Amino acid sequence: MSDLKSQASKNAAPGKHGGLSAEIQSRIGHQLRAMYDDVVRQGVPDRFVELVRKLDGPAATPKAGESGNDNGQNDGRE
Amino acid sequence: MPLTDSLRDDILSSVPSLRAFAISLCGNADRADDLVQETLLRALANIDSFQPGSNLPAWLFTILRNLFRSDYRKRRREVEDAEGNYAKTLKTQPAQGAHLEFEEFRAALDKLPQDQREALILVGASGFSYEDAAMICGCAIGTIKSRVNRARSKLAALLYVDGAEDFGPDETVRAVMGGSGG
Repeated sequence: MSDLKSQASKNAAPGKHGGLSAEIQSRIGHQLRAMYDDVVRQGVPDRFVELVRKLDGPAATPKAGESGNDNGQNDGRE
Repeated sequence: MPLTDSLRDDILSSVPSLRAFAISLCGNADRADDLVQETLLRALANIDSFQPGSNLPAWLFTILRNLFRSDYRKRRREVEDAEGNYAKTLKTQPAQGAHLEFEEFRAALDKLPQDQREALILVGASGFSYEDAAMICGCAIGTIKSRVNRARSKLAALLYVDGAEDFGPDETVRAVMGGSGG
């Protein structure tokens, strides 16, 4: 958006006391969450579902981490 | 704590935000997913040390951050060498309209010192309290607050104020992206 700066700079008076206008703060917050939520909305990739559901607790984990056979098959599916 | 089905579900429900955090730390989706995978393996292997009733997302984020830190230290030279490529990974989508604004923001975020960036993401995007963020980063609450404030000020300066007359958004993105040359 090309009006990003022109709009914001009208309201901005940062720096003087180390504070930012509420407008700027909310813009930054909004963009930050938009960027973050973009990834969050992708949900849980299959590879992680498999991994968390299949692996056992502490005792079996090292073994399961090395056996790439089962996990490898799942990469391209679904 | 034993690895119950409900604990597995809870771990899985943290994965989307772990990925978002990982991507914002390392700026590369593939590497981020490797980091998440390593985090999950580490968490499952050490689930005994998780205290029932304590904050599971914060525990997982702590593991991921520590892995990223140690990985980053190992790869620092590599990352510095590849700075040009690193910036290119951000250009995965066409830079137009809303994407331009998105990329401009993303590029500015990547210019922040790592301490400030992670503090801002944890508090401003992941929604952790200052207290939880301090625990995740292993520092004092006041330190987190000051990092978040400095991060916001720097972002504001990069995006909204400085050079507004000199640069259109296009120029700014190009200057930020291309700053390290190739």
